[in-house]
Amino acid sequence: MKSFRIHKGKPAPLHRANVDTDQIIPKQFLKRIERTGFGEFLFHDWRRAKDGQHDHSFPLNHPRHAGASILVAGKNFGCGSSREHAVWALDDFGFRAVIAPSFADIFANNCVKNGLLTVVLSEEEVSEIVRRATEIEEYHLTVDLEQQKVHDGHGLSASFHIDEFTRHCLLNGLDAIGLTLQHEGDIAAYEARHPVPKAMRDFA
Amino acid sequence: MAGQRTLFDKVWDEHVVHTPAKGLPLLYIDLHLVHEVTSPQAFDGLRSAGRPVRQPHRTVATVDHNIPTEPRGTPILDPIAALQIQALQKNCKEFGVPLFDMDSASQGIVHVIGPELGLTQPGMTIVCGDSHTSTHGALGSLAFGIGTSEVEHVLATQCLPQRKPKSMLINVSGRLGEGVTAKDLALGIIGQIGTDGATGHVIEYAGPAVRALSMEGRMTLCNMSIEAGARAGMIAPDETTFAYVKGRRFAPQDGEWQKAVEKWRSLTTDRGARYDKTVEIDGSKLAPFVTWGTNPGMVVPVDAAVPEMSDLATDADRRAAERMFEYMGLQPGTPIEEIAVDRVFIGSCTNSRLEDLRAAARVAKGYRVDPKVRAMVVPGSQAVKREAEQEGLHKIFQEAGFEWRESGCSMCLGMNPDILQPGERCASTSNRNFEGRQGRGGRTHLVSPMMAAAAAIAGHFTDIRDWKFL
Repeated sequence: MKSFRIHKGKPAPLHRANVDTDQIIPKQFLKRIERTGFGEFLFHDWRRAKDGQHDHSFPLNHPRHAGASILVAGKNFGCGSSREHAVWALDDFGFRAVIAPSFADIFANNCVKNGLLTVVLSEEEVSEIVRRATEIEEYHLTVDLEQQKVHDGHGLSASFHIDEFTRHCLLNGLDAIGLTLQHEGDIAAYEARHPVPKAMRDFA
Repeated sequence: MAGQRTLFDKVWDEHVVHTPAKGLPLLYIDLHLVHEVTSPQAFDGLRSAGRPVRQPHRTVATVDHNIPTEPRGTPILDPIAALQIQALQKNCKEFGVPLFDMDSASQGIVHVIGPELGLTQPGMTIVCGDSHTSTHGALGSLAFGIGTSEVEHVLATQCLPQRKPKSMLINVSGRLGEGVTAKDLALGIIGQIGTDGATGHVIEYAGPAVRALSMEGRMTLCNMSIEAGARAGMIAPDETTFAYVKGRRFAPQDGEWQKAVEKWRSLTTDRGARYDKTVEIDGSKLAPFVTWGTNPGMVVPVDAAVPEMSDLATDADRRAAERMFEYMGLQPGTPIEEIAVDRVFIGSCTNSRLEDLRAAARVAKGYRVDPKVRAMVVPGSQAVKREAEQEGLHKIFQEAGFEWRESGCSMCLGMNPDILQPGERCASTSNRNFEGRQGRGGRTHLVSPMMAAAAAIAGHFTDIRDWKFL
């Protein structure tokens, strides 16, 4: 897993609530069997008009937000489908962090697994970042996981909470499967007490 | 009070393999369901790390998401979909995972076949790379959707490190009225608590209106837990549950059965156990619901109207509603029953089981689908399809002008050729009305199977409580 410590980059505002994973990566792009190559389809139906051209009213297409690496969104970001393709698309597009007032559970889990940081800030803080990102040229934001702070060099500084274990995994880019397999003894003991039901064992 | 536990606590506690001093509890997974769309990258991960599937016998795969619902044997025209299906076939073979393939008599939507085959049992932990895994909680299991990295994690370790979610009780008092179904209960709940009302929580549904639901109705209710943001939805097992499981292919047999039932009887919330959150719903006040917007929380009773701007509380709500009105092609204040539909979809892991099809057929019997409407019925599994055909339901549908198709996820998410055209409006028994979900520019209204069948015939939404059954 990719590690995350400090990232400075341009934020792109997407100030809408309940952005679901169907919007982040529409279903017609879920058929790839690789983890890569999803970035060009990120927010496809919002970014592109029906003729395939970029829709310039969509914030991510605004020249000011070109090269953005921090997405700033409304509450309940990533709701709906469990598709990790949504996270792969954000990552492949170049995003390293998403800031929102709240996230859907499965999406947030998927982010951690890919080293994409989800930062929960208050509605007010998010609105303020959106305002600054929209109004200030070359606006940059620093997301600091070590200090658990977001700051912009223009007087904005906001702290965020993240549970200690997730922070530890992200800071060190730990392999989650490897960590679990350290408990092989416990898993084997559990399995000895809970054998596979007979009907399932006999099948196939 | 300490020592008194909820249903969720009991299933959770039973499955904690280890709680490290630093880190998350490690939860054992009894059953892992796999499908073609969210698994290829997970199997690739195993291959590149040289890891086997730890428990192939606790893993069951099927193809459902992108397969055509044309008659089986019709070639798959989409080469990328075909490749994804081949990848699953190859992966299952290589890693020894049982697969209910395209031509299997047991193929179906993963959340339909789990319970149907008796794989899903009370007290189990169940995961699948699909958010509607919450369906299986209807039998008193703890079942939740995961992403592909977690699919790989479970394949490799049969465990998941999990932070324990909070608990939420949704107590539904009273009785659902005539024409008000489990789907309407689900939509009513989401309408009340919102699409993030249960984020971070496992819901337990309880109360007389929940107890009165059939097993299949309970699956519909638990299925939509994720639409309220919940990690999972659960219902304590009871006689309805045991009667449903008994005799199914993977259910405990003979001497095992009694032992299993005795254990399952303990899976109820202790009196006095505490929930982090409680919601009360009066079931007798619910109506058949129709969604009007682009998330499942935007619901109104069928005899009401699309909201007026002035009905909305905040600026953010009004901004969101404006987008929704535009996308949905609706004017504020339009009575729901005046909204005409172009398409009707009866199917999906929410509403494609035998009872759903029976309910829709009862409405359709003796009528004809409105000539302007294209309506399709997609059974949830091959078994559902066979049973429905034995009862002659397919004849009722076909005579009324509905298409009768092969099993799969179909137009719920439109990964196969079953999609809406831009601007088409659909009455759908599925679970998500997100923008573009059923096809780019498509307009989805979520309803119950009866309401969908009635809309197909009337050509517009109509109150099933006034329906003249023939």
